[in-house]
Amino acid sequence: MSRNEILKSIRAQRVPTAELPSLDRTWLRFADPLAQFESQLAGVGGRAVRVRSTDEIAPILNARPEFANANGIVSHVAGVAANCDLATIADPHELESVDWAIMPAEFGVAENGAAWVTDERIRHRAIYFIVQHLALVLPADQIVHNMHEAYARLSVGSSSLGVFISGPSKTADIEQSLVIGAHGPRSLTVFLVEPA
Amino acid sequence: MNHAPLAAAFVADAPRAKWHDETLWFVRAKRDKAAQSVPEWEELRECAAQIKAHTVSRLADYLEQFEREATRRGAVVHWARNAAEHNEIVLKLLSDRGVKRLVKSKSMLTEECHLNPFLERHGIEVVDTDLGERIVQLAGESPSHIVLPAIHKKKEDVGQIFHEHLGTTAGATDPNYLTEAARQHLREKFVQAEAGLTGVNFAIAETGGFVVCTNEGNADLGVSLPTLHIASMGIEKLVPRAQDLGVFLRLLARSATGQPITTYSSHFHGPRPGGELHIVLVDNGRSDILASDEFRRSLNCIRCGACMNTCPVYRRSGGHSYQTSVPGPIGSILAPSRNPKMFYSLPQACSLCGSCSDVCPVKIDLHHQLLTWRRELAHQGLLSRSKRLGMQAMSFVFRRPALYRLAGRVARWLTPLLPRFMIYNGLNAWGKQRELPDFPAKSFGEQYAERRRHESQRNS
Repeated sequence: MSRNEILKSIRAQRVPTAELPSLDRTWLRFADPLAQFESQLAGVGGRAVRVRSTDEIAPILNARPEFANANGIVSHVAGVAANCDLATIADPHELESVDWAIMPAEFGVAENGAAWVTDERIRHRAIYFIVQHLALVLPADQIVHNMHEAYARLSVGSSSLGVFISGPSKTADIEQSLVIGAHGPRSLTVFLVEPA
Repeated sequence: MNHAPLAAAFVADAPRAKWHDETLWFVRAKRDKAAQSVPEWEELRECAAQIKAHTVSRLADYLEQFEREATRRGAVVHWARNAAEHNEIVLKLLSDRGVKRLVKSKSMLTEECHLNPFLERHGIEVVDTDLGERIVQLAGESPSHIVLPAIHKKKEDVGQIFHEHLGTTAGATDPNYLTEAARQHLREKFVQAEAGLTGVNFAIAETGGFVVCTNEGNADLGVSLPTLHIASMGIEKLVPRAQDLGVFLRLLARSATGQPITTYSSHFHGPRPGGELHIVLVDNGRSDILASDEFRRSLNCIRCGACMNTCPVYRRSGGHSYQTSVPGPIGSILAPSRNPKMFYSLPQACSLCGSCSDVCPVKIDLHHQLLTWRRELAHQGLLSRSKRLGMQAMSFVFRRPALYRLAGRVARWLTPLLPRFMIYNGLNAWGKQRELPDFPAKSFGEQYAERRRHESQRNS
């Protein structure tokens, strides 16, 4: 059996022991993590918008023609109206015609402008990737400084999919020219809801 | 065919070779900027190297832990000793479910296993969905770089390929237009696919899950629509703890393209509801490398491509001249481990400048290993005839000091008198594209002896 042969072959090799380092130390921190998050996100082609409450999101989106003229809209954020309910869709292929998704994110990472989302309580994980435009909503006070703090607070493996999303889908495979909108969302907007 | 003639063919198109060199240097410069923006960069590299050294020291235990945890979360774990077993496992998974159309995200392991032609022979349509990989797939080529698979193609080439295969306007070269055409074409393939295959960037022993990093989101789309997800991973991809990812995700994209992180860093744990997740663990020579004190650290590689972007030889010779799925400095270490007879020429291409070791995020001592390979290949009798004879002649002379001094004296006297054709010809590889320096009037040995004589006269 291949499994046992591989394990046997590995165990037969004499490999010197080496300690696992502790990662419990002080890593990169920022004076203003929120501002750092915003500038990093802008640097990777995303857009951050500060709002005082989720009620402000719908009017901001409505002012954008690609939202006002959108076909399908999925929203898991209170106060943003949708015309497509993931729970009633049997096959994720049907999401191809959905133009927008407005989804909650758990927290953001200042050092790279990434937001953490999962497929917990979300019927079709494809929604994050198949829509033309994605908006994520996260509390502005939930920005950690760096990736070490990110892993310290999230529970890896608690859902079948967890993703750091940093900016819209992009590619530079043709002569290193950056093109936004490869397969997935053509834009990423992160709404940062400031604490009341 | 060995590296040098293929590289010579690449360099023959001088403007293109220059463009290739500059394009990769541009990526290398972005990497430098990103690395310098992280004050604890060296600390991160050190942590990454330590985590990898620890993992391989207990690899069998961690693989078992990974298998246990992955299975607990509902994934099915398969083991493959070599490429052939890997391909058979994937084929069986597909054919048992009647899958005829597969979408793939970039995976250097499946390139190593030559999965695509194997599946195609069995009547399965395989579509590489990373844009760069799709370009080379349509062109009937292999990737020439592990992160930038189509880095050797100009936009005119891509325009021509897309015109032929996707029906874009003849002569169109705008990257925005071409990418949009690929988006429409690949979305169609994503919707039709009955299964998705991804590689694995990092697998976590503690949780039984794995991480896939892309900028395009192609891995995610590919495994979110169909119900079957197959993940192919080399057994060296493991890290012990989820928190170790903090170190590696900070290093990977910055080293690869200069980005702070890839657009999507997706953590998969078990199948999604109603779906299937199969993970294929592949050895294919990795456990042999583990045995070697000299080359073990090559298993640390996280496939960022930084060593290629900085390598003066890679930049000027093009990825295809290496004839291996992983080219450049790291490929020149890995390939001879697998087949020394076939890849003996790769370590010889190295200029030993050491730049690859400087940029490596996991601190692989690449140039030392390349030098070690040269010695090893010489021991195995795998040097070209001209190198072997040259080395024997040098060794004969070096072991006879009187002969060495005489030869030097004759060369210093004779060479300046010789006509050009007797110095710059096929026998003198050093004289290709460069002039020999002027011979000094006295050798170092003579100058040294003279100086010693003067000093002792002064002191006495």
